[in-house]
Amino acid sequence: MPPLSVLIWLPAAFGLRGALAGIGPLGRALARDGREQLVPGALALIASIAALGLAIGYIVEYGPGTQSGQTVTQTLQHVTNVAWIPALGIHYKLGVDGLNVLLIGLTTLVFAVAMLAANLRSGPGATERPRLYYFFFMLAESAVLGAFLAQDLALFVAFFDLMLIPFYFLMGMWGRGSRPDRIKATIKLVIYTLVGSLLMLAAAIATGVLASQQHGTHITFALSSLQALPLSKGSQEWIFLFFAAAFLVKMPAFPLQGWMPDGYRTMPIEVLMVFSGVLSKVGAYGFLAIVLPLFPKAAVHFQMLMLLIALISILYGSVVAFTQTDARLIAGYSSIAQLGFITLGIFALQPQGAEGALLQMVNHGLVVAPIFFIIFLLSRRAGGSEDIKDMGGIAFRAPVLATLFLVVALATLAMPGSANFVGEFMILLGLFKSKLVIAIIAFAGVAGASVYALRLFIRSMHNRVGEGVRSREISARDGLILAPLIGAILFLALYPQPALKRSEGSASAAIAEARLIAAPTVARVGAEEVSTPVVHSTPHLTVASGRHGSR
Amino acid sequence: MTPQMLIAAAHIPAPHVPFGGLSPLLAFLGGALIVLMVGLMSPRRVREQGVPALAIIALGAAIGLTIWQWGDQRSILDGALRIDGTYLVANLILATGGIAAVLLAWRSAAGHEAAHGELHALLLSSLGGMSLLTAAQNTVVLFLGLELLSIPLYVLCATEMRRERSLESGLKYLIIGSVGSATLLYGLALIYGATGSSSFGAIAGAISARSLTGDVMLLGGITLAIAGFCFKASVAPFHQWTPDVYEGAPTPITAFMAVATKVGALVAFLRFFDVALIGASGDWAPTVAVLAAITIIVGNVGALGQSSLKRMLAYSSVAQAGYMLAGVVVASKLGVRATLLYLIVYLFMNMAAFAVIVARERETSFGDDIQAVAGIGRSRPWLAWPLTLSMLGLAGIPATAGFVGKFYLIDAAVSGGYTWLGVVIVIGSMISLAYYLPVVAAMWMREAPASAAAPAAGPSGEPGPSGSPYPAIAGGSPELDEAGSAPAHGGPHGEVVLVAVLAGAATLFFGIVPQPLFDLVAHAGRGLGLF
Repeated sequence: MPPLSVLIWLPAAFGLRGALAGIGPLGRALARDGREQLVPGALALIASIAALGLAIGYIVEYGPGTQSGQTVTQTLQHVTNVAWIPALGIHYKLGVDGLNVLLIGLTTLVFAVAMLAANLRSGPGATERPRLYYFFFMLAESAVLGAFLAQDLALFVAFFDLMLIPFYFLMGMWGRGSRPDRIKATIKLVIYTLVGSLLMLAAAIATGVLASQQHGTHITFALSSLQALPLSKGSQEWIFLFFAAAFLVKMPAFPLQGWMPDGYRTMPIEVLMVFSGVLSKVGAYGFLAIVLPLFPKAAVHFQMLMLLIALISILYGSVVAFTQTDARLIAGYSSIAQLGFITLGIFALQPQGAEGALLQMVNHGLVVAPIFFIIFLLSRRAGGSEDIKDMGGIAFRAPVLATLFLVVALATLAMPGSANFVGEFMILLGLFKSKLVIAIIAFAGVAGASVYALRLFIRSMHNRVGEGVRSREISARDGLILAPLIGAILFLALYPQPALKRSEGSASAAIAEARLIAAPTVARVGAEEVSTPVVHSTPHLTVASGRHGSR
Repeated sequence: MTPQMLIAAAHIPAPHVPFGGLSPLLAFLGGALIVLMVGLMSPRRVREQGVPALAIIALGAAIGLTIWQWGDQRSILDGALRIDGTYLVANLILATGGIAAVLLAWRSAAGHEAAHGELHALLLSSLGGMSLLTAAQNTVVLFLGLELLSIPLYVLCATEMRRERSLESGLKYLIIGSVGSATLLYGLALIYGATGSSSFGAIAGAISARSLTGDVMLLGGITLAIAGFCFKASVAPFHQWTPDVYEGAPTPITAFMAVATKVGALVAFLRFFDVALIGASGDWAPTVAVLAAITIIVGNVGALGQSSLKRMLAYSSVAQAGYMLAGVVVASKLGVRATLLYLIVYLFMNMAAFAVIVARERETSFGDDIQAVAGIGRSRPWLAWPLTLSMLGLAGIPATAGFVGKFYLIDAAVSGGYTWLGVVIVIGSMISLAYYLPVVAAMWMREAPASAAAPAAGPSGEPGPSGSPYPAIAGGSPELDEAGSAPAHGGPHGEVVLVAVLAGAATLFFGIVPQPLFDLVAHAGRGLGLF
């Protein structure tokens, strides 16, 4: 497989070439035909599909850890490690592990589908100023992939902040609604999310500097090195809160979701698919890949707080989702609930919970992107309105569309047999082991999901035919856009095992240390059962657990 | 003169003058003289094109001479000046900023109204003052440099003689600047009184030898010196003059002031506090840290809601001064390097922004109002991209040099035990997003206003439903309109666009490949003196 840099920068490079379309012999030839408007989109589509191909290659090649015995160590593959800013100890370090291998698959898939959708939207609805549009879109893909693959804290922060900028332009320049509203919504979204990430910047720098000071080593930001240099509990706590703010805004979680309604209403459809499907996962991924390994003591300290935030997000998201009538917002608030589940799984600090959370991240991305696209299709059949009050009876002449929608809706409510069921089940299983009461309350969220998903389906597809509704079958073009996503949902439903096998080792390694601190005796017994070398070979873990055990 | 006196004079040991070390300074001052003389010649061509060209040659020579001195590290003129990495890096920034300012001022109204020769001579002598300031190792030289820096600037602010705001700006700057200088001088006198010396090294020695850390006279001196420096570097609460002066001064001069004065003032700050007063850092560091925090908040909050881009950048420069003070406060090698690196980055980001403002002032009738850049994403991509990169850079977004600079400053602050100051920097950046992003939004997401008369607006130039038609004289005084409309017929000014594009490209390039900047400042911290 080629190095990961190819995967990351391929989209940006093609996007840039597209932005410069009209230059060079090919560009001039096309410009004479008046077809140069199509070049950037085509290039972006090629790049995103090539990236998807590469990502599938990495997934196939990624074996779940070393197979000998039952070793569950985190193995980093395809490592690229170059000093980027030596004076600051920042490395351009990339790698694939069990945490991000599925997520890069999700990212490239959703981006490829979004590019397909954008390219096929020709005619009067075609994108204006395509060169900039596809340039920013591809830049976004590069930044998101960079954030997932970065194995250096500073690099992660840089990509994390960077990925917002293309969305700022994409929303502000091509968004829906009147110009002032659109700009207001865009700036609100960007400030909300950047405020979180800037706090994270300060926290990340503090992590590197304080780790080197407290251990008297040279400054470094590489995640693997930082993990070996644990911070004191006091430092961990405030740093944890800063990181949590950044990730919770991005998800979004309950008290920090203010940007979501206006933002989701404003985004163009492809941007919305990507934003809800992929960007929200970066936050959840950050908890697993960065917060839990680096700040385990703080994670245990704030476990209850995070679980409560997650729980409130689930209940709040579910309740608001079934009071809304704007279909986009129903899906948006349901995402808050789903991300709440993922947070629960992560902070259950149990291997099953973390694994389930990771699986659920992929599931949610695969489900929410087609839902938004279907809402887009529905609104075209309902006279342009995205309000479910204006829909109704759309299934009448569109059985295929209804079937596809039903598949997605059932996956959303975690019907047994879907991969979402597996994910939610594992999350709750993990939670039962650590926090029984919260798990019981979280079940209400499971019930809530079926209410809002089915409500959306029934109100739009069945019921009385709405006034402006003109039911018609899904076109082959739109079917082509939905097919890859629904195919992936079905594939994961039938074969969740390959996905789980790839992630389990890394997921349990990510929470291993926090788990030890949270419940030293249980964890040690559990660890002996599976004989994890992680536990036996690192002496400072036992020291830490001993201290906490006596508390 | 009697023969005896001559003989006696011959016996006075003439100090050795190391012209090598002084050569960048001499290039500035010599250039000023030559430019002034050439400016008196009558052919119009010589005055209008020869003079700026000569000024650029002088500045280029200064850069060349600076590079020639590279790696040098010594005190010259009996310890009055110090040639070291800090001085050389500062000179590079100054001369580069000077070249950009000359290019921006080349075809500006200021050049026509004040004679070209005078304008450029003042610019060069102000640079000479800054250069002197960045080498000063002695309170007398420090003050001399500061005055040589300031006095030409007072005049330069008022060079658009037929515009009231320009004159007001010059007068305001003169009065406030004089108060600042007087305060500083008083402070320096008290420090001299307490330590009995005017040389930085001797002051530091006296403080540590006589353990003067709690001495009232010294404390009084330090307080007044801080206040004086804060006036010059526009640090809150002594920043009140900045927005008015920046807004009123001719834009090329504003650009020059924003960049070059900051370099001079901050390097002097570094040298004086981190060398002479290093022993008393327990006394001043907490104060300066609090000042930095106040400056960051005041500057960023003040910039909110400004519709004049120059005023917005003025407040933003106040905030940036606060960021850079964080590097001074920690009083470490890392802090010095971070401050210098940020100064370089700050040069690129500000030059890009000001060049775009200059270009738009000449192309539209909106002056420096944010309306002037509305819709230029479509009609003027070569201006829109640099300004976009500049705004994102000033806000500290990754992949721009601003991110690297801020990263280094926070790194220095946390390493020096001022974690809270690092957090304040970040909070300041958050506030700043609320005024940088609307500028970007105006460029890319709004249509050009109806009367902007951008020639290349193209088929999409017609105002959208929300684009309110502004009257053509909305920009302000008739003089401004006259100055703005005259060159518009002659097409865009290549050199202004060039400055914008180069500065914007540098902002992006050093954001992705920052290593050259780190190499540049790496040996700067070493030679400062007492670390």
